[in-house]
Amino acid sequence: MNEPSASQPLVIIGNGIAGITCARHVRKRSPRPVVVISAETDHFFSRTALMYIYMGHMKYEHTKPYEDWFWVKNNITLVRKYVVRIDTEKRELHFDDETRMMYGDLVLATGSKSNFFGWPGQDLKGVQGLYSYPDLQRMEADTQGISRAVVVGGGLIGVEMVEMLHSRGIHVTFLVRESEFWRNVLPAEEAALISRHLREHGIDLRLNTELKELLPDAQGRVRAVVTSQGEEIACQFAGITVGVSPNTEMARQSGIACERGILVNEFFETEVPHVYAIGDCAQYRTPPPGRRAIEPLWYTGRFHGETLALTLTGKRTAYQPGPWFNSAKFFDIEYQTYGDVKANAAENEKAFYWEHAGGKMSFRAVFDAASQKLIGINVFGIRLRHEMFDQWLREGRTVSHAIEHLADANFDPEFYRTFEHEIARAFHTQTGITITPRPKSLLRIFKRPQYS
Amino acid sequence: MKSAEPSLSLAQPHPEGVGILRRSGFALALAAVAYLLLAWAKLVPVNAIALTVTLSAIVIGVTVYAWDLYRNVPPGIKNNGVFTSSITNGGLWGWVAGIILTAFYVALYWFPETLGLGKDGSNTGIVALFDPLKRFFTGSNSTSQWFVYGTLYTVAIVSLGIKFMLKYRHNRYQLIRTSVVMVSQLFLAYLIPEILEGLTTGQAYFAKDIKNIWPLNYYFFYDWHLNGMLEGGALGRLFLIAGLVLFLIGTPILTYFLGKRWYCSWVCGCGGLAETAGDPYRQLSSKKVSAWKIERWMIHAVLVLVTIMTGATLYGYFSGQSEILGLSIYNYFQKPYGFLIGAAFSGVIGVGFYPVLGSRVWCRFGCPLAGYMGIIQRFKSRFRITTNGGQCISCGNCSTYCEMGIDVRAYAQKGQNIVRASCVGCGICAAVCPRGVLKLENGPEEGRINDNPISIGNDGIKLNGLS
Ligand SMILES: Cc1cc2nc3c(=O)[nH]c(=O)nc-3n(C[C@H](O)[C@H](O)[C@H](O)COP(=O)(O)OP(=O)(O)OC[C@H]3O[C@@H](n4cnc5c(N)ncnc54)[C@H](O)[C@@H]3O)c2cc1C
Ligand code: SF4
Ligand code: SF4
Repeated sequence: MNEPSASQPLVIIGNGIAGITCARHVRKRSPRPVVVISAETDHFFSRTALMYIYMGHMKYEHTKPYEDWFWVKNNITLVRKYVVRIDTEKRELHFDDETRMMYGDLVLATGSKSNFFGWPGQDLKGVQGLYSYPDLQRMEADTQGISRAVVVGGGLIGVEMVEMLHSRGIHVTFLVRESEFWRNVLPAEEAALISRHLREHGIDLRLNTELKELLPDAQGRVRAVVTSQGEEIACQFAGITVGVSPNTEMARQSGIACERGILVNEFFETEVPHVYAIGDCAQYRTPPPGRRAIEPLWYTGRFHGETLALTLTGKRTAYQPGPWFNSAKFFDIEYQTYGDVKANAAENEKAFYWEHAGGKMSFRAVFDAASQKLIGINVFGIRLRHEMFDQWLREGRTVSHAIEHLADANFDPEFYRTFEHEIARAFHTQTGITITPRPKSLLRIFKRPQYS
Repeated sequence: MKSAEPSLSLAQPHPEGVGILRRSGFALALAAVAYLLLAWAKLVPVNAIALTVTLSAIVIGVTVYAWDLYRNVPPGIKNNGVFTSSITNGGLWGWVAGIILTAFYVALYWFPETLGLGKDGSNTGIVALFDPLKRFFTGSNSTSQWFVYGTLYTVAIVSLGIKFMLKYRHNRYQLIRTSVVMVSQLFLAYLIPEILEGLTTGQAYFAKDIKNIWPLNYYFFYDWHLNGMLEGGALGRLFLIAGLVLFLIGTPILTYFLGKRWYCSWVCGCGGLAETAGDPYRQLSSKKVSAWKIERWMIHAVLVLVTIMTGATLYGYFSGQSEILGLSIYNYFQKPYGFLIGAAFSGVIGVGFYPVLGSRVWCRFGCPLAGYMGIIQRFKSRFRITTNGGQCISCGNCSTYCEMGIDVRAYAQKGQNIVRASCVGCGICAAVCPRGVLKLENGPEEGRINDNPISIGNDGIKLNGLS
């Protein structure tokens, strides 16, 4: 195989956050031709906003982070086609319309696919997952005028689907395998807090319940689901949200090494020269410290794209993510997490938990039992500053330091009630340690050391 | 996409259906508005009782409607169905509402006699309906169409402000901001001026809304207005000095410390109407870069125009001439400005087109005071919207609900602070963000503008210096 020439384009399969970030950052640093291919939509849109289109908060066009002229202006060629095969020997892509395209370098950013576990009836009309824009269009069409729906699987996409259906006045039954909503990720108290909130909204939450099968009506549309308890629940629509897996089929068939995802090293290189994988579809052979092998998240997709763009423009750069963080929203309750909070505390860990009397706000700090060093925090209903916790986690600060300086990390809008003193009192009750919270300091907030 | 429940309501199609309370509230407010329209058409009796009942019915009806709308749903963001309802998505009903509003403004500015404005206290129609209230304040039937307008404007801000507060009851920034803007309209813009007017009847007129600062109040330096203040005794001098001090010292200082929001979304009447009555339409503002370009030259052009016009006016005042460089100051400066900017732009387009172009067209493209404060906010201020590290998921809620058409997401997804001349600090972007990414705050100027932010938490990039 010859080395690619400079005129051969960088081709990216997938116009999601990973592929697009990579394309943009390559363009900032290099004039080389860049082509982005996707079968899903003409332009990049925000997958995370699918729910808001359905709920009428936005239209599809609002979910596009860049105006359509942006791609022309930046000379990024967009191609709406489906890639059926990669010829890694000839460095050539085969499209479903029989055409082909040569590449110099190839980036696979093919995203994820909704999981289906082979339930009887999972192919019925009105049964679907939610990942792509076509999924949303189908959901729109199949939920017109219906009154009852079931959503299976208590994760983040599941609760979004529940909220979507609920916003249209559709009665939703939510089947969750765990003892509380998202209990496989959240500690018991937080999982209970969200479960309560779902019920407050009138969601029929069925815990410790799994799906057994889906029953058809005479037209081949779902009319009911049967649960693991043998109960039959009538519905006209069933959302299946039992997780996603990397979308690897095409790469696998083209001979690129995959496990669950497309296997890459810390430079996002696959085993095949000039072929890279980023975003949801990638699986690290050796995960970075404190990270999982597959990270199907928005911001990790962005990080991957930024990092790979450096390598592709002559600055070979390993992926080095900092402390973990994430966020979500469950109906009206926002959630943020910084560092590592497990569903069940590990042996060496201790946890401090505060919950507001109203039951919609909470704060958990997990720390090392011996050294008192902060390991992670979970917060519900209060916004906290990412940069502050990033700094404290890197500096190896103690839990007491975090609670003493919590006001600096507060990110709620101005005039919101603050709970630093209440939290410090609870900390005293639980640990015996007395802490006087310090008032917010603009100096500490805005004159932080820069970490590099 | 079509909605399962196409709805004409200004809020979400409610899952539990519409109850009797909400219907009654809606019917009450609607009947009151219908009475006003019938009074306009001279078809119903006009007297003190009719007026009291009508105005109370609007406030009570809207309150009952909104209270019932939001009471059974837990506090939180209430934007369901905004883009599937034709009255809020710029659809047919939006246009109908826009045309009715525009017609009202056209009558108000140019054909007040169609509203019933008569000569020497012989009003009829809707103007006569307000005579008893004017008599209450000033003892005379000196009602003009502006009194009708001012009263309805205040009623709109108060009643729809209550609705807004019920909608955002979880958000203390919105509650406090909205209370202040309502109080400011009710007292500073309406009650106090009317009471002062009553105490100074017979004297030359000058505007007694102390917060209506030049150049928003473009006639502040007109000779009749200056003379009105100079001849108005201690009160007149107070308003003259306050007007000058607020413009020259108060505005820059407050804008430096707080951003222009202290005025635009906390005090101003135009802003107050936009934030309350205009709230269902904030999402209609254009977020295109092309709109931003038009905005930048247009708002500054108006600022230049008002300065030239006022310069000519002051030249005329101090020189005693009615012409400057052979051009009539009235015909070539004051009249065109008053017609094009004062009436057509700020009134007819600014408010009449709410349901089509969004709620802040005037504030964004026209208001010269906003232009002045915008320059301060952009270059010399402690205000910014901070972005919360790497938490943004680029969903677009912030940009969509920014009434000023700022593409907030474009900054947030890069981890860049939002420092924009046009931001009125309404705080809605921060409210609707589902990931807690945005915070309006005042802090040191240093580091406020971070043009080349780096992703928090992606360390390889920082080491290699991608920007
Ligand atoms: C409803 C929903 C809500 C979410 N909310 C959050 C959230 O709040 N926070 C968060 O961090 N993450 C969230 N996620 C996850 C997040 O959206 C994904 O991690 C992210 O979008 C993945 O980006 P990507 O670029 O790797 O792939 P994708 O965005 O999936 O892009 C891959 C693209 O490649 C195309 N493609 C694949 N194969 C081919 C082929 N052979 N030929 C042509 N085109 C092909 C696909 O059609 C797709 O358009 C959410 C996901 C969903 C579905
Ligand atoms: S940027 Fe935010 S605070 Fe500023 S005007 Fe827009 S929505 Fe309001
Ligand atoms: S609303 Fe929040 S998460 Fe969504 S694009 Fe704006 S800042 Fe980002």
